[in-house]
Amino acid sequence: MATERMQVLTKGFFKENPVFIIMLGLCPTLGVTTQVINGIGMGLSVIFVLVFSNIFISMLKNIIPNSVRIPSYIVIIAAFVTIVEMVMHAFAPSIYKALGIFLPLIVVNCIILGRAEAFANKNTVLDSFLDGVGMGVGFTMALTLIAFIREVFGAGTITLVPMGGFDGVIEIPLFYTYPVRVLTLAAGALLLMGYLKAFFEWNANRKRG
Amino acid sequence: MAYVAIFITYIFINNFILTQFLGLCPFIGVSKNSESAIGMGMAVTFVMGIASIITWLVYNLLLLPLDLAYLQTLSFILVIAALVQFVEMIIQKNSPALYQALGIFLPLITTNCAVLGIAIMNITEGYNLMESFSAGIAAGIGFTLALVLMSNIRERMDLHPVRKAFKGVPIAFISGGLMALAFMAFDKALLTNLLG
Repeated sequence: MATERMQVLTKGFFKENPVFIIMLGLCPTLGVTTQVINGIGMGLSVIFVLVFSNIFISMLKNIIPNSVRIPSYIVIIAAFVTIVEMVMHAFAPSIYKALGIFLPLIVVNCIILGRAEAFANKNTVLDSFLDGVGMGVGFTMALTLIAFIREVFGAGTITLVPMGGFDGVIEIPLFYTYPVRVLTLAAGALLLMGYLKAFFEWNANRKRG
Repeated sequence: MAYVAIFITYIFINNFILTQFLGLCPFIGVSKNSESAIGMGMAVTFVMGIASIITWLVYNLLLLPLDLAYLQTLSFILVIAALVQFVEMIIQKNSPALYQALGIFLPLITTNCAVLGIAIMNITEGYNLMESFSAGIAAGIGFTLALVLMSNIRERMDLHPVRKAFKGVPIAFISGGLMALAFMAFDKALLTNLLG
């Protein structure tokens, strides 16, 4: 039982990673990953919305009539997205500004509706919670990886949270002087995503033998 | 002149797919052949135009007077979901031919970020009703343009040998990246050169 639970939690990390394997939620993945902190901020927002919408939907799965389930899910998701928007606006205005339109667009992030439909509406509350955490963490890891590559090579910096005397920006010596600018642009994001996806395909093929 | 500027901006300069990353899922998912790409593009353009009008009206006549602007996201997605359903019903009833062409794409449009994206953008840009409608149609045309170009590239690519790991989605992303590079030629300078 315990190992099954663990699997529900960890399958989102690598085996069914929402970004690289299931290919869901691509718009924010490429749209916000110009800086590491934005990737993490987006990831945390999605974890919050995904976990709570999964919990609520699995709690209400016997109450919501089947024919109106999709609109009901969207309303539940939109409510949590609005909460995230308001909290971020109040406590992290710089990230709120950087994420811009992609914050309200979490509503139509296919990962969240996808998990509601594929998992939360037929599993227990605890399993849905674990699934939400796992998928959310997998999403965050993918975003952080993409943002890390784009920022280090494209701008020569790593932007994190400013704390005390540390302004939150780490400069990488060589790339700061000679950045590969294209990676910070839209074109670079698409190219990088293509190469990363090819790497994961290659890796999967290699394992299959 | 303002409308020409809106059209050029949303079709070329701020192309929804290639520079804003809105609507990437259909860009990768529905671009395998050009027929379905055109169908999807037309359906999205249609819904974006109508959604722009309705969400503008909802925001300015309902949410603002009632001081409920924070319900923007929630009400917009509900309006769009209802609208898509409604459009589907009307088309099915009145034009079976059009329904045949667009029908299967309509349900997918509710969760297309491009539609909610343009609705929110119209509000943040402060457009009036007519400008919102133009922006919606123009963004839809830009979306269709990118989708159709992509589907033609992918149809060609089927005939060429591609390394196993790159087959399908990865090579589609890389072609999309190269297309985005080409679209970088369109920038704000184009607008000033054209319209002065």
